Amino acid sequence: MSNNVTAIVDYGVGNLFSLRSSLEFLGCDVIVTDKKEELINAKRIILPGVGAFEDAVKKLRQTGLDETVTVCAKNGKPLLGICLGMQMLFDNSLEYGNHKGLGLIPGSVVPLKGKIDADLKVPHIGWNKLAYKKDEDLFKYIDSEAYVYYVHSYYADTDDSYIIANSDYSIKVTGAVKNANVYGTQFHPEKSGKHGLLMLKAFCEKE
Amino acid sequence: MVTKRIIPCLDVRNGRVVKGTNFENVKDVADPVEMARIYNDSGADELVFYDITATFDGRKLFTDILKDVASQVFIPLTVGGGINTVEDFDRVLKCGADKVSVNSGAIKNPKLIGEAAKLYGDQCVVLSMDVKRVEGSFRVFSRGGRDDTGIDAIEWAKFGEANGAGELVINSIDTDGVRGGFDMEMLSAIADVTSIPIIASGGAGNMEHFYDLFKTLPRIDAGLAAGIFHNGSVKISDLKKFLSAKNIEMRI
Repeated sequence: MSNNVTAIVDYGVGNLFSLRSSLEFLGCDVIVTDKKEELINAKRIILPGVGAFEDAVKKLRQTGLDETVTVCAKNGKPLLGICLGMQMLFDNSLEYGNHKGLGLIPGSVVPLKGKIDADLKVPHIGWNKLAYKKDEDLFKYIDSEAYVYYVHSYYADTDDSYIIANSDYSIKVTGAVKNANVYGTQFHPEKSGKHGLLMLKAFCEKE
Repeated sequence: MVTKRIIPCLDVRNGRVVKGTNFENVKDVADPVEMARIYNDSGADELVFYDITATFDGRKLFTDILKDVASQVFIPLTVGGGINTVEDFDRVLKCGADKVSVNSGAIKNPKLIGEAAKLYGDQCVVLSMDVKRVEGSFRVFSRGGRDDTGIDAIEWAKFGEANGAGELVINSIDTDGVRGGFDMEMLSAIADVTSIPIIASGGAGNMEHFYDLFKTLPRIDAGLAAGIFHNGSVKISDLKKFLSAKNIEMRI
């Protein structure tokens, strides 16, 4: 099969208009789907997400797509989680309780509050500079300073070996992560202008 | 750290961008999709679209334009104008908006702020206020600055924050279109009693005005303007370089 499809997982959370548009803008072959077969047949998968962790992970499990995404990722299919989609890749989240994630990257999702300087606002919203590992594939098209757009109140607390980018918000906030073929960005590449598009372009070339 | 933001505002009527002075004598400037692309290329951090049409046809045209913009421009988009219900939120969010700005709709039904925040998150709800000095106090005006609501602007800002607004747009009717600088007194009064991000609007005439804003009032997160950007008298790329050189953190 010679498809080059990037599948966006549609599990009823959030608005996928911009994400889909950004991939179409890049000329990628993109589908938005809630069908297991289409995820299995796709070349790569994007797991989006906005809102609260518990609600999102519950919806993903109700559709049964959590298992499909996990199996695909374990079989080596490139996977990119965005924002809450990234947070769900971890073992668990402490957002309103303690909720289990997909466990594809070791680590926990924890509140910014209490960790960052008290006079800083939560959510962390806006454009922040990204310090990124220059040799990472995801950033191969970026050759200058990059600013990315964040909207979040929790962040991934994980081993440095999984972190490929971060931003300064009095602490180093996890910006992007990688565990073999599994990637995640806390920021929204589809809202981060030119640099965000270049990251999506790099992801959509992964096999 | 999070940068200060420069935001051009596009008032759209019947599919075209317009900009008035003191809200009157609205003048056609250009095509919204083309302008959005130009602003994106010049480094705008966000775009605000206000739908100032009142008709059903105009509204449909507006959402078509919004979709067009959102398929080509990948920075945060805020949409306002004619937002009276959560269904209105839904309508524009589906067309690619990231944040929705409520103004008169929240004055008519203050519960709208909380209802929308619950459904879409605080970060999605922007409370936009047109404010004017009346008898020594700051008063909220509705219907595009035409009607004095009698509501005290300081109290309204506090109410908005307490009920889930994620951001405030403070538009000073007193300085709007005058190009003599932002309304520092008004902005400061509201910044003192709130902690959510504030977007300053009304009065920017040149690059120095933005510097004064961020330097004097570090609590302000963004500067919004229309006419000076639309007519090219201030170029966003130049403005951001100018501010960055003066140590105001910008996304360059």
